Amino acid sequence: MPTGPEDVLRILESVKDPEVPVISIVELGIVRGAEVSGDTVRVDITPTYSGCPAMRTIEEEVVLTLKAHGFREVTVRTVFQPAWTTDWIGEDARQKLREYGIAPPGPAELMVPIQLGRTMPRQACPFCGSADTATRSEFGSTACKSLHFCNACHQPFEHFKAI
Amino acid sequence: MPDNPLFEYLLRLGDDRLVLGHRLAEWCGHGPILEEDIALSNISLDFIGQANLLLGLAGTVEGKGRDADGLAYLRDGVDFRNHPLVEQPNGDYAFTITRSFLFDAYDYLLVQALQQSANGELAGIAAKAVKEAAYHLRHSSEWLVRFGDGTEESHRRAQEALDALWRWTGTLFAADDTDQALAASGVVPDLSALEPVWRAMVTEVVARATLTLPPPPPTGRGYRRGDHTEYLGHLLAEMQILPRSHPGASW
Repeated sequence: MPTGPEDVLRILESVKDPEVPVISIVELGIVRGAEVSGDTVRVDITPTYSGCPAMRTIEEEVVLTLKAHGFREVTVRTVFQPAWTTDWIGEDARQKLREYGIAPPGPAELMVPIQLGRTMPRQACPFCGSADTATRSEFGSTACKSLHFCNACHQPFEHFKAI
Repeated sequence: MPDNPLFEYLLRLGDDRLVLGHRLAEWCGHGPILEEDIALSNISLDFIGQANLLLGLAGTVEGKGRDADGLAYLRDGVDFRNHPLVEQPNGDYAFTITRSFLFDAYDYLLVQALQQSANGELAGIAAKAVKEAAYHLRHSSEWLVRFGDGTEESHRRAQEALDALWRWTGTLFAADDTDQALAASGVVPDLSALEPVWRAMVTEVVARATLTLPPPPPTGRGYRRGDHTEYLGHLLAEMQILPRSHPGASW
């Protein structure tokens, strides 16, 4: 029977992000804490984006997984502060993203809302490593990704936006 | 003043995002290019996500057992508190972008300030929303410049959109007693401090887009009492028909 928050976090390593199934919700940095009391546990998670449709699936997975490990009562609490940042994604997880074909985020910088005529920072291609890439759109297949194109290997690819 | 100013204020925040989110979602599958179709759907998702959080909090603050869905789907137009700007129909793409730009600049400044709210839950929602708002504003400001400073045709359409939408910006900073009461207790920012910053942002982008700013719009507060343009009712009819026809339906 798991007894402490570390055990809970270890168990939750098996819960993957449903939209990026190579990294766990712990690696993604959205599990903010766990409190264990006997066979009862409360897990705090924070959303990546306000409208992230994966949050409900993740909550259900957390409950099912912890119940399968012997907890009788599992509650999931959504916390908003501090707001999630991609800086919480660990180095191992960044390598996994790259291998999966998604360029990992750089450091989350100050968000500048209006930058007319700027040159978009280039993301290294996760397939061939080339820096000769171009941004197609700051919005991609999910809220957390943007669209890019590699001029060297002619592959479109996605980038995990730094926020 | 309403009995519960915080509830009233959360409805305003939530309704703006719900209504604009719905408008932007109407472009899904109809965008001028695939990347823009995806962009507007993403932005819509951010707004509807924020609306879900804000209306959920409003329901808790109200304490009468209404949740976010209950507030979104089971209120009539007269009870909606969104600005008339966001309910205006999409029009062409220049119109949609111009409407978004005028709102996004306001929204960014508002949620940025709301991060310091004395209400911890509201501050938390704002801390998440401000990152999304920055992306929205970059998107709409860049497109407005592209249209305004583009071809003769795109310039004309962007100017027509600005001329038609400008009159609805007059309500954005028209503070009433709800705003003032909540600002006095540090829950919301003082709108009059945000207005000059918004005006400077809008003026800069409009100039870069080689467009002309119309004369100052009328400042109305009627929408605070549920006055809306005719367009809101049509939007709500489509948005609400399923949960009203099939109460409690899930899929």
